[in-house]
Amino acid sequence: MKDLSPRSSAPADETAATTQGIKIVGFLCNWCSYGGADTAGVCRFKQPTDLRVVRIPCTGRMDPLFIAKSLIYGVDGVLVSGCHPRDCHYAVGNFYARRRMEALKAFLPFMGIDTQRFRYTWVSASEGQQWQKVVTEFSEQIHRLGPNPGLKQRSGDHSIPSIALR
Amino acid sequence: MRIGVFVCNCGTNIAGTVDTAKVASEALTFADVVYATNYMYTCSEPGQQEIQRAIGEHGLQGVVVAACSPRMHEPTFRRAVEKAGLNKYMFEMANIREHVSWIGNDKAANTAKAADLVRMAVAKLRFNQPLFSSKMPVNKRLLVIGGGVAGIQAALDCADGGMDVVMVERKQYIGGKMAQLDKTFPTIDCSSCILGPKMVDVSQKENITLYASSEIESISGYIGNFTVDIRKKATYVNWDACTGCGACMEKCPAKNTPDVFNENLGSARAINIPFPQAIPKKAVIDARHCRQLNGKKCGVCAKICPVKAIDFEMKDTIVTEKVGAIIAATGYDLFDHSVYGEYGAGRYPDVITGIQYERILSASGPYGGHIQRPSDGKEPKNIVFLACVGSRDASVGRPYCSGVCCMYIAKQAILTKDHLPESNSYVFYMDIRAPGKNYDEFVRRAQEEYGVQYIRGRVAKIYPRGDRMVVQGADTLLGVQVEVEADLVVLATGIESSAGAGELAEKLRISYDQYGFYMESHPKLRPVETNTAGVYLAGACQGPKDIPSSVAQGSAAASKVQSLFAHDTIETNPQVALVNERNCIACGKCIQVCPFGAIQWKELRGGIKKAEVLPTVCQGCGVCNATCPPKAVQLQHATDNQLLAEVNELCA
Repeated sequence: MKDLSPRSSAPADETAATTQGIKIVGFLCNWCSYGGADTAGVCRFKQPTDLRVVRIPCTGRMDPLFIAKSLIYGVDGVLVSGCHPRDCHYAVGNFYARRRMEALKAFLPFMGIDTQRFRYTWVSASEGQQWQKVVTEFSEQIHRLGPNPGLKQRSGDHSIPSIALR
Repeated sequence: MRIGVFVCNCGTNIAGTVDTAKVASEALTFADVVYATNYMYTCSEPGQQEIQRAIGEHGLQGVVVAACSPRMHEPTFRRAVEKAGLNKYMFEMANIREHVSWIGNDKAANTAKAADLVRMAVAKLRFNQPLFSSKMPVNKRLLVIGGGVAGIQAALDCADGGMDVVMVERKQYIGGKMAQLDKTFPTIDCSSCILGPKMVDVSQKENITLYASSEIESISGYIGNFTVDIRKKATYVNWDACTGCGACMEKCPAKNTPDVFNENLGSARAINIPFPQAIPKKAVIDARHCRQLNGKKCGVCAKICPVKAIDFEMKDTIVTEKVGAIIAATGYDLFDHSVYGEYGAGRYPDVITGIQYERILSASGPYGGHIQRPSDGKEPKNIVFLACVGSRDASVGRPYCSGVCCMYIAKQAILTKDHLPESNSYVFYMDIRAPGKNYDEFVRRAQEEYGVQYIRGRVAKIYPRGDRMVVQGADTLLGVQVEVEADLVVLATGIESSAGAGELAEKLRISYDQYGFYMESHPKLRPVETNTAGVYLAGACQGPKDIPSSVAQGSAAASKVQSLFAHDTIETNPQVALVNERNCIACGKCIQVCPFGAIQWKELRGGIKKAEVLPTVCQGCGVCNATCPPKAVQLQHATDNQLLAEVNELCA
């Protein structure tokens, strides 16, 4: 990660770009929200197709840097979802997650990222309808914001450096 | 790494809205992918053989299957690749059914999304490492929570198999709701005659430990090795001494104690054994109504008790039990009809619930089995039954069918006619739901043989006229308004989840639906398992059920426990955290945050401290991984690099 200087607004040609290529990454805990997304699928609750789901064991696994890196390197929105407070499969993982994500929210503007591009929510494995609602609302929100300029805005450097650790 | 990608058509489930051939051909362009194809049903036997053949033929080192949810078939495919000689963790699944084909109809967008998900799965797989499980001993003791008929069946089945069983019951007696019933449909079997012997079996089996008047305080551990703290509530009677003679009940002067077992028809004493067949047959003092415990001078029971079992100083105690599996059989509660203002909101004494009527019918009930009105003790002539009170009514938050009310109304109407041949019974119903064996025949008998009048329609209002109740409703088949002057109205209150079901679910770490019923692992194929390994479900805690289904599920849960206990050891889950000691800075943060106490200090030569994960205790949540400042702790199979590799694919 090289330059993290805050960026103001995207250049005109970027915002005018089509919103077809919108990509949203969803980090879903295996026990509740991933199951909720499955339930929504089984019930055939129609949803926008922009979301790409990464399955994680628990929202407590969420490193805030996953969210920051995703947004810095050009994912248009990040949705994190886990078990309702007190329902965590690992008892307390989602409480850690809530604190970390609240802290991250405060830092996103400092990194030049619109906080509206990030949302976290709690959806249980039985709440297929709730999941449909969350995905639809968040996708619409990201479409309104348009593509995330990310690092692409920096002139000359369009390459995306590998963000893996090793 | 040589990676093979298999895209499943799932018949038309996926292929209907995703171009699977295109996804497969696109997959061939991804890094390390040397083979890709689409297949009709990848989970079928020929489908799995196709994967195994490709592994051998193309020397694959990792496999991606793009199909349904990994919550469905990940174990299936892991076994398949393992059979072909790969480590089962060199496998990834892309969920292109529940997350793609079933939620959108735009084929182009779906195909692009499916290709993205496959690309993410491939990217993750490139960082996968073979993982190996170890063996862990299984404690072959079972905990059954709830002593209703489902829990009793499960406990007896396992005890018959030679296992040690611990049963915890919140009430002072076992038997649950069934113990309150007079007769059971559709055979009109006497409820206590068929349940009683089972209850006695529970108390007599040497390998069943029964904790009545007890609740679960906390649960820790995991499949094969749970530790359970049980709160034995203060009963103020030493049960080791109490013989259940009942002398205390006769002399207790607190005569206005509500009789909970008889659904508040009549009254009990503050020291009570609720019914003659109660197991365990031990007295309990109701602390809210006991004079002595409320600062008044009394102590009559202590004076009268021949074995000196009364102990006013008794406190709650906590006992700890170690078990290997848990069956939750916590049952249900009945809907509180007081939200229905049009039915009197509980103001009228002669508008009663089905379970109250059950107690009236019972020979050991408050009226000795003689049908009479609670208000004045008169024998009723016209009796009206209302179906669906708190069932199939979204306006009170109960849109589901309770499944048992149609049947118990028919039974109660038949019994009414048996008790009072001159009486008239009317049933207001929405639809008759009688799908069980001999159920519909039973309802027809009520209508045809016993002359019960079934009126299809909802009741709008119930109000008093003189000493009778007027029931106003509609007969939607005739299209007319109906008014019945009733002496007694019975509301068939529906089933709702047990009070406290949510708190227990949190302790068990299982999930529940919006109505509080516990979630099974799969609605069809894993109906008694939960998503927490080693925790099983039986009876109405999972959803409304009648007695035959509850008993069947009790036996089903018991058989799951027995197949678990058939092994001396179980394989541990290797998807646990691992410390890279070179990177560990010994800050100790991981030790602080671990919810399971699975990380401890380890001393290297020269007194250097490092964190160490106990793999059998670690549950694999990854909180430590997210916490570790130098990222020395990595959750195997969900390492930072693996998750970031997936995200990376979307950033391009």
